Amino acid sequence: MPSHRMPSEADIISTVEFNHTGELLATGDKGGRVVIFQREPESKNAPHSQGEYDVYSTFQSHEPEFDYLKSLEIEEKINKIKWLPQQNAAHSLLSTNDKTIKLWKITERDKRPEGYNLKDEEGKLKDLSTVTSLQVPVLKPMDLMVEVSPRRVFANGHTYHINSISVNSDCETYMSADDLRINLWHLAITDRSFNIVDIKPANMEDLTEVITASEFHPHHCNLFVYSSSKGSLRLCDMRAAALCDKHSKLFEEPEDPSNRSFFSEIISSVSDVKFSHSGRYMLTRDYLTVKVWDLNMEARPIETYQVHDYLRSKLCSLYENDCIFDKFECAWNGSDSVIMTGAYNNFFRMFDRNTKRDVTLEASRESSKPRAVLKPRRVCVGGKRRRDDISVDSLDFTKKILHTAWHPAENIIAIAATNNLYIFQDKVNSDMH
Amino acid sequence: MMLSKGLKRKREEEEEEEKEALAVDTWWLDPGHPAVAQAPPAVASSSLFDLSVLKLHHSLRQSEPDLRHLVLVVNTLRRIQASMAPTAALPPVPSPPTAPGIADNLLASSDAALSASMASLLEDLSHIEGLSQAPQPLVDEGPPGRPTGGAPPSLGALDLLGPATGCLLDDGLEGLFEDIDTSMYDSELWAPASEGHKSSPEDGPGKEEAPELDEAELDYLMDVLVGTQALERPPGPGR
Repeated sequence: MPSHRMPSEADIISTVEFNHTGELLATGDKGGRVVIFQREPESKNAPHSQGEYDVYSTFQSHEPEFDYLKSLEIEEKINKIKWLPQQNAAHSLLSTNDKTIKLWKITERDKRPEGYNLKDEEGKLKDLSTVTSLQVPVLKPMDLMVEVSPRRVFANGHTYHINSISVNSDCETYMSADDLRINLWHLAITDRSFNIVDIKPANMEDLTEVITASEFHPHHCNLFVYSSSKGSLRLCDMRAAALCDKHSKLFEEPEDPSNRSFFSEIISSVSDVKFSHSGRYMLTRDYLTVKVWDLNMEARPIETYQVHDYLRSKLCSLYENDCIFDKFECAWNGSDSVIMTGAYNNFFRMFDRNTKRDVTLEASRESSKPRAVLKPRRVCVGGKRRRDDISVDSLDFTKKILHTAWHPAENIIAIAATNNLYIFQDKVNSDMH
Repeated sequence: MMLSKGLKRKREEEEEEEKEALAVDTWWLDPGHPAVAQAPPAVASSSLFDLSVLKLHHSLRQSEPDLRHLVLVVNTLRRIQASMAPTAALPPVPSPPTAPGIADNLLASSDAALSASMASLLEDLSHIEGLSQAPQPLVDEGPPGRPTGGAPPSLGALDLLGPATGCLLDDGLEGLFEDIDTSMYDSELWAPASEGHKSSPEDGPGKEEAPELDEAELDYLMDVLVGTQALERPPGPGR
């Protein structure tokens, strides 16, 4: 983010997403802007830069809208960005706010025609009497210009707030999910969508559960999963029925009776679900844990990792200040061996599934200088406290790492800390504010 | 790899005082607090109950409530209420605290009022979203009601949620309007002047609707716009 601008609420980053090669990184913010970063090719002239990310393009994706019928303002905050697989020289992405999804095309222009017959260099019409011969305009190189244009607007598909979008592996369709419904769209058709999940009860008084996240399977274009506020996952097969209200598989872990409290349901609410790159597993995030599920086993997750179990005794306070409703995202690394998620105090956590080791790191200016190695952090709950440990009661709950992304192939991660973006790379850690 | 082994350092004694960064008043969890010391966990539950009711009310007051937040709070409220009921299957609630009058009133009235307010608040919600089948009568809202007689202040929060609204037409409202020609809505009615239509009944006494459109028609129009109703023609230029 430019350092001369005072940080405002509009700059709060609301989503982060690498494209399929990792060359581009898109962020969306509360003010409806999208900023795309591009990784510089590693050059022998400047070996220290080692493929850093620089701003590539910035554009206003969504504007605040006023719904006159319901007298409601529709927030311009970008909830999610998803890249389309690249099919030609242009890049495309979908960005969505609460109600409307837009398809943006990003193209580069590095040549421009020169030598027009009727116009001069500034574009003014020439005095025709001075034109004595004809010339053919030629394309000359120019400074790279990145142009972004909206190609499709998918509006009026959702009554409730959109929480997820996911592009199908068929590259032709995508789905969008709100609290109660999931729609399937064709990327080329904007005036209609196909409703594939509807959990709205006939009587709204009976509403007890909402959809919290959804994603297409990375390889099987007929499969998708959606998570609920009650902590369940439903895998659906679009070949089985047109309306996928009936799931193919239901993944649910029984409540642990020893940990039962008034807040059991709230902390079991799944805030994010991600298929592994292999397509064999799913990763879910609830308030206190991340869980790995095997698609072949519905009864319970195969792995559970504690993100910040020290908060379990503080749930009442976190309920009062609404922190218990925070929605954290989770991410796989390229080889599905490490998973990552954010926490409070600008901490984020990584879990190695093979070694079972985990680490807590911090994304902040104070604790990380460019190209310095990140120092692991520790939260102490009581007892002997080492220097540099943070005590639970000192955690800053306003500093939440809700959005994180992992490069599809390399050990590069993007961490959104409120209005700052941090990009960490393996071995050579570079950060950007 | 990012997972470095961590720096070795000598164990040192605890140096600083732990700071209270989580600035939340949690007096009801503090065993040393006089109110808590006197009262068994039943008081803790009722404070949690009040907190949840306030959260619910606050959530509903949003122009467009966060449905997930709302549903989670409602479900939590139901759990709390169930644990406060004398016949609850959950761990038994100890005998009423030292202010039995207030607690009894709260428990007795909370059951009836809570069910009623649950019904009404979820009805409010579905109305706000514009897909409700039930017309929401704005006219009989009036100012937030205060119970007559010396009822404890905590009941006021429940009252603010509004009275239970009976649904004259539980379903099939759309059926009444099947024959409406949508062309009557493709007009300047949709200009900013229409923003006088307040959808939230909480915002005070009901306002007069614009003469051209009434409540049920607005609901139908919402359905048309979001595609749950079949369109007779493609969406107009206003969208």
